[in-house]
Amino acid sequence: MRPMPHDHSDHPHALLPPDPALRVKALETILTRKGLIDPAALDELIDTYENRIGPKNGARVVARAWADPMFRAALLEDATRVVADLGFYGRQGEHMVVVENTPQQHNMVVCTLCSCYPWPLLGIPPGWYKSDAYRARAVREPRKVLADFGVTLPEGTSVRVWDSTAEVRYLVLPMRPEGTDGLSEDALADLVTRDSMIGTDIPKVPS
Amino acid sequence: MNDCVTIGVPEPVFAEPWHAQVFALTVHLNETGRFAWGEWAERFSTTLKRHGLSRELDGGDDYFHAWLETLEAFLDEDGGALKDEVSPIKDAWEKAYLTTPHGAPVALDG
Repeated sequence: MRPMPHDHSDHPHALLPPDPALRVKALETILTRKGLIDPAALDELIDTYENRIGPKNGARVVARAWADPMFRAALLEDATRVVADLGFYGRQGEHMVVVENTPQQHNMVVCTLCSCYPWPLLGIPPGWYKSDAYRARAVREPRKVLADFGVTLPEGTSVRVWDSTAEVRYLVLPMRPEGTDGLSEDALADLVTRDSMIGTDIPKVPS
Repeated sequence: MNDCVTIGVPEPVFAEPWHAQVFALTVHLNETGRFAWGEWAERFSTTLKRHGLSRELDGGDDYFHAWLETLEAFLDEDGGALKDEVSPIKDAWEKAYLTTPHGAPVALDG
């Protein structure tokens, strides 16, 4: 029997990538031939975003802010400089602002424009952050969105939504959970979830 | 939100290899000074708005389709990669895939 063209067990030819993948390859080929891009730099970028940066960076910053009042003050004063001093990757010229949760105010971050996000601290945003549903509802009904994430705030806590832009990207500094006195920075960082730094979660309580 | 918010499930950084490729290509072009990131974000936002008029975007594949469309239009406009140049090269890649034996590296002639 003649093999089916796309029978995975017996390809007569290389598997044809989907149409958008071929369009991207075409752009890369043209730009490389014109000397406008360096293909090795693309591989390096992908490796960086897939393997080297992500929410662990942000969690380290949050844990240190919990443990070190001087660092916390500097972070709230000028997060861009602090993040640069820590050597975290970021070359889009973004200005980073850290907003602190308190018993009076819970902060939540959205980008109604597209999906601006503090890449050096959180990596690539999750799908839901980029969805129309979140981008539209976070501003309109933040408490309902928080409820969808399983977060219920006390009555007296207000919610402030920060709209990120290409120029200013926000990170939430969550409140340090109770019962974490004496924990090391590494142990504290393990309690910090990605979503708690977007404001759609609260840090885990140590078990 | 139920269909777009999945809590607690680990997600790959990029769901498809081409998502990573088009992302890296755009960031690289920004880093080499071809455009400012603010300029990119403005154009991308316009594309997202236009796509979002006809259906609700879930932030997955549709997000990167909008991203690619924005980059193609940008490069066509600034001469980096004209539409007329892209089409034959894309066809050449397609032909290369369809004529390369399975398992062999796929490359363009010339």
